[in-house]
Amino acid sequence: MERTLAWQIATVTAIRPETARVKSFTLTLPNWVEQRAGQHYDVRLTAPDGYQAQRSYSVASEPERRGEIELTVERLEDGEVSTYMHDVLVVGDQIEVRGPIGGYFVWQAHLGGPLLLVAGGSGIVPLMAMLRHRAAIGSDVRTRLLFSSRTISDVIYSDELSRLTAEDNGKLEIFHTLTRAQPPSWSGYSRRIDRQMLTEVVAPLGPAPKTYVCGPTLLVESVANNLVQIGLDPAHVKTERFGPTGGVPRGG
Amino acid sequence: MAEVQRGFDEDESLDHALMVDGNAVAGLLYEIFAMEVTTGEAECVSCGKRAEIGSLLAFTQAPGVVLRCPRCENIVMRIVQTAEAIYLDARGVTYLRLDNLSRG
Repeated sequence: MERTLAWQIATVTAIRPETARVKSFTLTLPNWVEQRAGQHYDVRLTAPDGYQAQRSYSVASEPERRGEIELTVERLEDGEVSTYMHDVLVVGDQIEVRGPIGGYFVWQAHLGGPLLLVAGGSGIVPLMAMLRHRAAIGSDVRTRLLFSSRTISDVIYSDELSRLTAEDNGKLEIFHTLTRAQPPSWSGYSRRIDRQMLTEVVAPLGPAPKTYVCGPTLLVESVANNLVQIGLDPAHVKTERFGPTGGVPRGG
Repeated sequence: MAEVQRGFDEDESLDHALMVDGNAVAGLLYEIFAMEVTTGEAECVSCGKRAEIGSLLAFTQAPGVVLRCPRCENIVMRIVQTAEAIYLDARGVTYLRLDNLSRG
């Protein structure tokens, strides 16, 4: 079978701001391979002196979108790769990538549901791929997303999430919590995700939702522990930790 | 995979905050095994837990990568890359079970 993990040169065909600190990059790939929702790509930068920096970024686009992928990247102040992508990269530039990688944190429609998605900040990205996949194939798997952001202007994919909910036949429900500041007449949650909040969101899904939690490590750890303590089977709770914040760091 | 048994004290909180999942080093593991292994299984030498490799605790803020058991936190694997070679220390693994279907 074809080895899918060779490095290839992708071309940036669109850059879209999502929030003040988050942008989505559309990359056209010469050797596109259908990814599964939740998988990631490695991005590698090479300086003129040969120094290389490499990070993993979750694919945001659905597998049904052929020939290209979208990566949504948060700009980290001390990030070697995210600052380059945000501050230097323009449409038409080329960038070295390999993927798709990581079969552990994936959801495909045939895996069924109900589906519980919990995201903190840019942890929404692989979960968005799952929601886009679900919408693209017309899945009616019952799905609840609990999404924690700092303020209303930090909510990534805000408009699209509203539209996905509106266009769904009532099987997709999205719950926002804003931890730092809330606009007037805010009707969502206004605190960090806690056990009470999780209990309220999880209860209608029954005892065994397929669960995906992605975000900063401490949020993921807290959510996963609380989910197990309210009775979910650890085998059904998959986690993807981003480290302190933002993209997935790795050695090398 | 979530585990309730684990706890961290204050000294461990920084490492703890930097921890990611085995899934995050899938690319590096692919370089070693030439296949997708995050859905494969590793049995911990120390406590006997069989865990999906993607669910191992990964510590990457170092010259190498350390993968620990999600139950007992024993070191399962250590990986160091140099310009010439990749070193894999897997003495914390009783066995690996890698799915034929994930080759590709």
